[in-house]
Amino acid sequence: MAIPLIFFLVVRFLPTFVALRLSLYDWNILKEVQPYVGGKNYSRLIQDGIFGKALVNTALYTIIGVPAQIVIGLIVALLLGKIRALQGVFRALYFAPYVTPIVAAAWVWQWLFSPQFGPVNTFLIWLHIPPQSFLTSPSQALATTAALVVWQNLGFQVVLFLAGLAAIPSTFYEAAEIDGASGSQSFWKITLPLLNPTIVFSVVTGTISYLQLFTQVVNLNFTDQGGPLGSTMTVALYIYQMAFGRFQTGYASAITVVLFAIILVITLLQLRFLTKRVNY
Amino acid sequence: MNKLLLSLALGGLSAASFSHAAPVTITYWQYDYASKVTAINELIKKFEAANPDITVKQENFPYDAYSQKVASSVPAGQGPDVVNLYYGWLPQYVDAGYLQPLPTKEFPTVLTDSNYAPMVKTAKMNGKYYALPTAVRTLAIFYNKDLFKAAGIKAPPKTWEELIADAGKIVQGTPPRYTTLGFGIQPDGQDYHVLREVLVRQFGGQPYSKDGKTVTYNSDAGTKAMTFYTDLMTKYKLGVPNFFPGNNSYRDAFIAGKVGMIIDGSFAINTIKSGAKFDWGVAPLPVLTANSKEKDNFGSYWVNGITKNAKGDKLAASIKFLKFLTSADTQRYWLQNVGEIPASRKLAADPALRKDPVFGPFVSSLPYASSTIFVDEAGQRKAWVDAINTVLLQGNAPANAVKAAAANEQKILDDYYKK
Repeated sequence: MAIPLIFFLVVRFLPTFVALRLSLYDWNILKEVQPYVGGKNYSRLIQDGIFGKALVNTALYTIIGVPAQIVIGLIVALLLGKIRALQGVFRALYFAPYVTPIVAAAWVWQWLFSPQFGPVNTFLIWLHIPPQSFLTSPSQALATTAALVVWQNLGFQVVLFLAGLAAIPSTFYEAAEIDGASGSQSFWKITLPLLNPTIVFSVVTGTISYLQLFTQVVNLNFTDQGGPLGSTMTVALYIYQMAFGRFQTGYASAITVVLFAIILVITLLQLRFLTKRVNY
Repeated sequence: MNKLLLSLALGGLSAASFSHAAPVTITYWQYDYASKVTAINELIKKFEAANPDITVKQENFPYDAYSQKVASSVPAGQGPDVVNLYYGWLPQYVDAGYLQPLPTKEFPTVLTDSNYAPMVKTAKMNGKYYALPTAVRTLAIFYNKDLFKAAGIKAPPKTWEELIADAGKIVQGTPPRYTTLGFGIQPDGQDYHVLREVLVRQFGGQPYSKDGKTVTYNSDAGTKAMTFYTDLMTKYKLGVPNFFPGNNSYRDAFIAGKVGMIIDGSFAINTIKSGAKFDWGVAPLPVLTANSKEKDNFGSYWVNGITKNAKGDKLAASIKFLKFLTSADTQRYWLQNVGEIPASRKLAADPALRKDPVFGPFVSSLPYASSTIFVDEAGQRKAWVDAINTVLLQGNAPANAVKAAAANEQKILDDYYKK
């Protein structure tokens, strides 16, 4: 009892409180004196245009990424459920991006979407669509980055749904069939409601991972500046830049606390409004 | 009484002989760059042979993590005795009391002023030197001789006008689907240095006030410089940024033989030498008009300093090692093995070096190379790169972009100097 308690207090919770304390200081790892500044770091946040942009970008990633990942993941899982041959091969193929190192995947993505040599643009030209700038365009870089994250997470999402689908007793479908229910009726009335726990889990964990988005952005967008004109900058990347690039640890901690609060509130709201008790 | 005296005398004797022979170990840190790590290992062997009572231990860290590793270790009383730092980080490190000023007995300030390339003065703070370089770097044009020949160009450009004309003959493809670039434009490569330290001056302006505390490029010259640079892409369509994926996009593309010219530093010589499978050359940075006297360059360097951790015997050993690292012999060794040019005026003035086809253009620009005083290198870079990108990617007016860069950078400078 004592050891797990100590573990959680020291390893899990202590850093959070340290960050909270640091955020009240003008903490710079290069300085000998770390003056107490109270809420100054927080008032600076309000005026910081880059932080505002990082917040908007992070919200956009979440709004694009989470639904895309869940809808596409569900479609793929349902289709995979219908395939009888080579099922394992297909599952492995979908799961492969998830276990591919992000750095390697980002490299491939950069080549795919290269304005000059990329196969994606070659395809667009073949369709008589003018070539696009993708990652080098301030208006397209974010969507291209989000596409990479969705593509990478899809494998895990599909596995979740396959497990959720397998847990629905087949007798429900048989009963529905006897009652004369159509395919779409049994999807909306049986599959979707019974997948609710899986969907809630996916929404909550997906949202958290998009709110903390960092590695893909760093590796996809040339240098650590968050893409052309900061168009792909996320809150997590901004924390990293402030803390480790510019040594403003106190300010970075204030951003961390804000991000923590945002994630906490959103997660609680999601759990409150998405969870349905389903009884049959 | 006698016994006491005797023991005191003996104690003093043994202490004296002991401190002389006691072996000292000092630690040297630099970031992980293959040719530099090898060179330092060889130099340490030489140094230890001459100073048998001193052992030097080299430790390396990846570039991305280097500065934060250094910054977090020394205040904790750990880390290196002698440390390698980018000159642009110095104000922050000196301000933090992280480095000891170099003892003027061993490194007389006046001599340092006169012996070193002029740009090294940016390492002098409050009238004291805190660190010194072994080698320095300047910028020049790397050009692909094969592409030049194919386009019927006989010599590398001397003026910016010629650069535009030459690059225009080399470029192939329609934007953005270029297959070959005339000029490898890359704002976050070395280009923003060119714009700030070279073009602004050549157009008759000054980038900063003398003390480096005030931005002065928000001027007619600044606008002209920004217009000229961004025209390379928007008007003359010589290339696009990030032509190749990755952080060294324009250098990688040049090495792949896909770019006619790039502006890069002397530190890139070895990378290009080992990678490029074609005939290439180096030419000095262009000037505005053929008879222009306004020549400029951007100089940068890595310095070696002594941290506050080095005390007593370690300090004495660190001073010896630093003297060795900045000696003429080491500077020559560095040139041959790393490819960076000597920081000493005398060595750089060596006629053989000035005539060298590769090193020559870099060396000859040393007398007129300026270094920017950075107080927040990453933040100041972002101000410029973002300003350039608003013109290239969003069609912003160059005058507005310069104004925005000036406002952002001035704010960083003000925040730093008000403390």
